[in-house]
Amino acid sequence: MARYLLVRILQSLVLLVLVSLIGFAVLHLAPGGPLAQFALIPGMSQADIARIAAQMGLDRPLPIQYWEWFSRLLIGDWGHSYRDSQPVLAVISAHLPATLELMISALFIAVVLGVWIGVMGAVRRYSVFDSLATIGAMIALSIPTFWFGLVVIYLFSVKLGWLPAGSRFTIGDGSFLDYVHHLIGPALVLALVEVAIWSRYMRASMLDAISQDYIRTAQAKGLPRRIVLLRHALRNALLPMITLAGLELPTLLGGALVTETVFTWPGMGRLFLDSLSYRDYPVVMGLLTFSALLVLFGNLLADLCCALADPRIRLT
Amino acid sequence: MSATLRAGDVAMDDAVVLADTPESARGSRPWQRFRHHRLAMFGSAAIFILVLATVVGPWLIPFDELHIDIRNRFAPPLVGGHIFGTDQLGRDLAARLLTAGRLSLAVGFSAMLISASFGTLIGVVAGYYGGLVGAALMRFVDAILCFPTIFLLLVLAAFIVPNVAMITLIIAATAWMEVARIVASQIATLRERDFTLAAEMLGASGTYIMFNELLRNAIGPIIVAATLTVARAILLEAYISFLGYGIQPPMASWGNMLNNAQQYLGSAPWLAIFPGLAITLAVTSFNFVGDGLRDALDARMDIG
Amino acid sequence: MSQTASSSLRAVSSKVPATATPADNVVLAVSGLRVAFRSEAGFTQVVHDVSFSVKRGEVLALVGESGSGKSVTSLALMRLTPPPPRSSLAGSALFRCRDGKVRDLLTLPEAEMQGVRGNEISMIFQEPMTSLNPVQTVGMQIAEAIMYHRDCKRREALEEAGRLIELVGIPEARRRLCAYPHQLSGGMRQRIMIAMALACDPSVLIADEPTTALDVTVQAQILELLQELRARTGTSILFITHNLGVVAEIADRVMVMYAGRIVEQGAVIPVLKHPVMPYTKRLLRSVPRLEIPSAEHPMLETISGTVPDPQRLPRGCAFHPRCAHAENGLCDADVPDIEEVSPDHFVRCLRWRAIAEACA
Repeated sequence: MARYLLVRILQSLVLLVLVSLIGFAVLHLAPGGPLAQFALIPGMSQADIARIAAQMGLDRPLPIQYWEWFSRLLIGDWGHSYRDSQPVLAVISAHLPATLELMISALFIAVVLGVWIGVMGAVRRYSVFDSLATIGAMIALSIPTFWFGLVVIYLFSVKLGWLPAGSRFTIGDGSFLDYVHHLIGPALVLALVEVAIWSRYMRASMLDAISQDYIRTAQAKGLPRRIVLLRHALRNALLPMITLAGLELPTLLGGALVTETVFTWPGMGRLFLDSLSYRDYPVVMGLLTFSALLVLFGNLLADLCCALADPRIRLT
Repeated sequence: MSATLRAGDVAMDDAVVLADTPESARGSRPWQRFRHHRLAMFGSAAIFILVLATVVGPWLIPFDELHIDIRNRFAPPLVGGHIFGTDQLGRDLAARLLTAGRLSLAVGFSAMLISASFGTLIGVVAGYYGGLVGAALMRFVDAILCFPTIFLLLVLAAFIVPNVAMITLIIAATAWMEVARIVASQIATLRERDFTLAAEMLGASGTYIMFNELLRNAIGPIIVAATLTVARAILLEAYISFLGYGIQPPMASWGNMLNNAQQYLGSAPWLAIFPGLAITLAVTSFNFVGDGLRDALDARMDIG
Repeated sequence: MSQTASSSLRAVSSKVPATATPADNVVLAVSGLRVAFRSEAGFTQVVHDVSFSVKRGEVLALVGESGSGKSVTSLALMRLTPPPPRSSLAGSALFRCRDGKVRDLLTLPEAEMQGVRGNEISMIFQEPMTSLNPVQTVGMQIAEAIMYHRDCKRREALEEAGRLIELVGIPEARRRLCAYPHQLSGGMRQRIMIAMALACDPSVLIADEPTTALDVTVQAQILELLQELRARTGTSILFITHNLGVVAEIADRVMVMYAGRIVEQGAVIPVLKHPVMPYTKRLLRSVPRLEIPSAEHPMLETISGTVPDPQRLPRGCAFHPRCAHAENGLCDADVPDIEEVSPDHFVRCLRWRAIAEACA
């Protein structure tokens, strides 16, 4: 297991460097680059801008700039927001919990529903349920998340009044129940695409597990079908799903951005769009890099869980 | 290694329940197999109708999509001859929808052409040369895939002038990675086959082998990936236009129609429902077709 | 049951009439077994009319090439074939259960069959590398059968599993209880499979090519183990193989199968030393020997032609296209019935007497 983890960590480090390079490249692609904010201030002369450029180290060769930027990144200095001069990392951290709540809830719903649908589809292959589940999944993957959000808001908030139309809390009511009430809509909307993906992968994984030799052995032992499917097939079929959780992080983050917009949920996604509209580049870049890092570490975590759960990796 | 899963990847592992029914006849030719894939045929028909509707439709509808008629604003569907109703300026929704469709479909298709070409190029090089070059390219692709696509797309969209060409370009820039990975793995497999070895021993150059031998045999998965990329591209355009960074008004795309519809959700829900249905229909159809193509071309790939 | 089935049954053994109880020392009496599979191409009969009996404590070998239907026969007896309509079973397999009652395995309800599998009849398979659940300890995999069939507590079952692991010759049994399959070698995994199969003390063990995937030295160890266990526990073994050398070493009686039918069966020495069916003779001659090549045997002998496709069997005797002694009009007309050569030596060949006389 140590060897497996070491390899994974090394791979992640390589990706970390590459991710940072891409982030740095995008940062400098912005029109006007890091100097954009200053060009807008009236009364700034070229000399002033040049002076600031020198201060920021922008006249140095690119590799040096990258190295300095990267080192600052590592110690937590991600710059300051143009809007309120707050440290970028602090701003991001303030908005992170809301997004995480949304992502985790959606993932939970997706795993529970997706695993169930996938297993049922595999066990009752080619049945009406299976065909409907497959078609349903393909349609669900084709529905724009934000449109689904609008439909849900229209149906459940405007028409039926069962769910609030947005935000995280009702002002004045900070109870847990109110919080859950607000969470349901966005979580379900974000979960739509995930349920589809999880059900398809679970079905494939389950079908693969059922076709293995050890299932035949379990049947030959005289075990009832339910135990064979649950204890033998499912346990094996769930292992690759752990990796899936990691692989789905970018999709979840992107979906969260859109869902937060529609439901005015105060998370990282809304922050991203707000900062973008204000041309608050430090925050935008910070969020971009942060999301990639989240994905990287999420995958590493998933691999760790996989190593722990699979005795073939754990005990080598 | 991280990847952004899409409908394509999902259905990739799924041995096509839809066509893999016990009674499905396995025709010896890919076209026959495609024909038997019911959903793929539905998808093809839907695409055909959509394209036809968006190209010809606006001429058939008695209203001009730009015609502002304040007296009839917010007409619900089927009122006053407007099949889908009117928007806040009294413009006929059906006409707008079809005209917007032209743009959305065109952007989707063009983005696919660019990203499929670029992705194939990268994939072929990575798959053929393998070793350090291949690994480096694929790691680079993995790194880009660490960034959520929407995030990247929005950042790029904020940097550019939002005309149709640039929008298409940035969508392509975020969609080529999946194609590259599929192509790279396919080429890497084909590379080990005997016919490649034969070509090399006959003295063929790397470029020749890559493009004449390997690419020809990898065409199947490329076509499948390309079809699924159209679906993604249409969806991505919708996303950024909805968020305000894509196609700008007064040009209509399905995405920005939804942006517009958001504020009138309570009073005129049809403004949101129809564009969304259109997007869903288009994307679903391309996904079905891609799935059917994959199933139809499967056996041919195995033999090659 | 059809006429041909019951008549061939009478010819096989008067000890096992079609519907009456089998004799006391017979644990399993199979009669007229037919197995067919449904595929896109239609219905294919894979096993045609197989009848045999397994006596208490004996090792009965089932020999045949790939595609002869031997594995399907064993799976059918265990009712592990795909459920209808994808497959269909006919015939009877009378089994003497522990409680003394005789039951037909082919018509038992699935719930009762689950009580028989792994408990009264067990099976081990060819691929030890993939036949064990990779995420469960081997101890639990053995204990599972015990817990389910004997209604045991986990701790007792695990102790019993430890005892079984020791029984099959794996050292440090206690430690191995917590081992996972990937930590064991192929030979050890097969031993675990045997332990699992014997956990509930079955009266019949079906071994489907258990040594084919193993090294020769390990093969010998496993065979030795099986013989030892048979002597100790009195379990009958239905040993399926394509290796005649193994048959000679371990079997008491042997059945040769070709294209879904048994073409020769009897005690092992008469059949292997004095085979009567041309196919059996060719099989024995094609076994590689150290003396080949020699003046007498310049080349390795093979049987020309290939095993027929179950969907397109030749008319009459299925072997006749490849048989040197085939006679037109006779061998390609009807499927031969089973005939007795001597007590406990039966053959399905129309010209066996003529051939034997010609060779004498």
